[in-house]
Amino acid sequence: MLWPKLAKSLFSRPETDPAPAVPLGAAEALAARFQAAAQTRLGRSLAIRQVDCGSCNGCELEVNALGNVVYDLERFGLRFVASPRHADVLLVTGPLTRNMREALLRTWECTPEPKWLVAAGDCAADGGVFKGSYAVEGGIGRALEVDLVIPGCPPTPTQLLEGLLALLEAQKR
Amino acid sequence: MSGYQAILAGAAQGCRPYERYLLSHGQWLGLRAALRDDPALALLGLWAEPGFVHAAFHQPGMGVLLASLAASQGGFPALSPVRAGAVRFERMIHDLWGLRAEGAEDTRPWLDHGRWAASAPMASRPLPNTEPPPQPEFLPVEGDGVHQIPVGPVHAGIIEPGHFRFHVQGETIVRLEARLGYLHKGTLGLMLGKSPRLAARFAARLSGDSTVAHGWAFACAAEAALGAVVPPRALLLRGIAAELERLHNHLNDWGGICNDASFAFLQARCGVLREGVLRAAHIGFGHRLMMDYVVPGGVARDLAPGGLEAILVALAAVAAELPGLLQIYESHASLGDRVLTTGHVAPELVAAFGAGGVVGRASGRNFDARKTLGYAPYPGLAFDSPVLDAGDVDARVRVRVAEIEQGMLLLHSLLTRLAPGEWRVELPQRGGEGVGVVEAFRGEALHWLALDDGGLIRAVFMRDASWLQWPLLEAAVEGNIVADFPLCNKSFNCSYSGVDL
Repeated sequence: MLWPKLAKSLFSRPETDPAPAVPLGAAEALAARFQAAAQTRLGRSLAIRQVDCGSCNGCELEVNALGNVVYDLERFGLRFVASPRHADVLLVTGPLTRNMREALLRTWECTPEPKWLVAAGDCAADGGVFKGSYAVEGGIGRALEVDLVIPGCPPTPTQLLEGLLALLEAQKR
Repeated sequence: MSGYQAILAGAAQGCRPYERYLLSHGQWLGLRAALRDDPALALLGLWAEPGFVHAAFHQPGMGVLLASLAASQGGFPALSPVRAGAVRFERMIHDLWGLRAEGAEDTRPWLDHGRWAASAPMASRPLPNTEPPPQPEFLPVEGDGVHQIPVGPVHAGIIEPGHFRFHVQGETIVRLEARLGYLHKGTLGLMLGKSPRLAARFAARLSGDSTVAHGWAFACAAEAALGAVVPPRALLLRGIAAELERLHNHLNDWGGICNDASFAFLQARCGVLREGVLRAAHIGFGHRLMMDYVVPGGVARDLAPGGLEAILVALAAVAAELPGLLQIYESHASLGDRVLTTGHVAPELVAAFGAGGVVGRASGRNFDARKTLGYAPYPGLAFDSPVLDAGDVDARVRVRVAEIEQGMLLLHSLLTRLAPGEWRVELPQRGGEGVGVVEAFRGEALHWLALDDGGLIRAVFMRDASWLQWPLLEAAVEGNIVADFPLCNKSFNCSYSGVDL
């Protein structure tokens, strides 16, 4: 039965992990890149649009895990949105395949200002193991200016959360 | 003559453990004629290397065997007129190696979107590409009030990119055509000239959710080519990692399917249980997804201290909650209304495409590489591989839930059998040719490689099970409403990266 389980969960301890600490330095570095307009307009909330530009889907698994009960991304004011037109941040994975380059550029153009670009995963940082292939550009930075790189193959949900919280933190300053 | 006999007429090439036969042009035509009259011989994959095409088949009761043809004059007689599953392989062969499938059912480009510096990049002499990218062509649909809905490559959810072209009449899907290839990374090209040990990290990144299974299939191919004997402890550890991978993916898919039917509770609970499995994997194997854990020759390291206990705790949590969750899944009419009879795939279609995994077993095709081919450590372990024949979203859920239950039994048997011992052997450096087949969570992964005399990769192919499942998704959604597409798609959960190479 569903209802007894739901009722029980009202009185039990949450299964959500405590929030990770924001890495020192990351927030300061990001704050310097933010415009004053962004701070007043967005407040303590960010809408994120994820774009896969050639990942092996390992990054997507971990980005998806951010939404589960244990990481509960939305408690921080961070949420994934279905359209770049609703987004403040593009969270991009993969080494940027040549076949995805135009789609990424168009998605970026659809995202309203102020906006930030986060490259998540070793592939997005510089192409990772796929560097040098005829079919990849070798990192998101080859097409667009990147504001934050979250390393890892794939980055764990905790690493992703630390990076995204640094963005929120930087915006507050 | 049966298709099987037609292949045996060729010259054996020394591929292990399944032989590869080089056919003459006439023998290849004979094979094609035999395939037309012999539906039992399933095409598992079709690929190429400069100058040759290779095909892998499965004959029920006889195992896997490979057939090759020298592609003289840049072409080969197509197999797509007799095996529908060959269509996308032939388009891929043309795009990567520049070999034409003569008489093919479909000659449109597949992986090549016209954005690479060269066409046929895997051919011995690629040609420079100077043309602007062409507009894709889709199959036409005629009828009153038919209109198109283009979706992707960037989708609304956190998933891989691909373009779906729907032709709809009112609410109803008349035809769906997928256009993939956006994730093409040139993975096969990067593996050439590398040792199996170095190339293994590309196999582990063919499809991240199946990293253990693909790493294992690749390792099997390399070990078979070199005649290496893997220590028993390594085989058991591979089995444990692979079953944990199946478990976390099936939990993820079950939750995802229910969420696509707007039933979020089951996704929330499956997410918690899956997170427990991933954390146990991290403790035991040093990586949540266990990437790069399986290596040619064995495994990268032994099970970490505390790993066994962590896995048992995660399994106990799943075992405690699973019956209650299944009861909730079964007792909500609003959920049943969405999943029953939705996205039906006929058993005849599954058989015609030779589709494996959950998609095949939910439509009556009894193929599970762990049982059908029986690779170590599975022979001697008691487990079932459930087969249903309803062929709808619900059947695909139920096969997954049954595999979660069976997987927990398997994990307990594997963990009890773990005895101290070696977990890796060094591989010799020499030539050879091998093939490996491992049952991933979405179906069998088939890897083939040929090593030159220095032990470096001369040719390689990695085939994810999704190759033969994607076309069936197009059939499954026909006649369904557009709003049920995400549900049908999730019930298949085919890999994009796995087939985009």
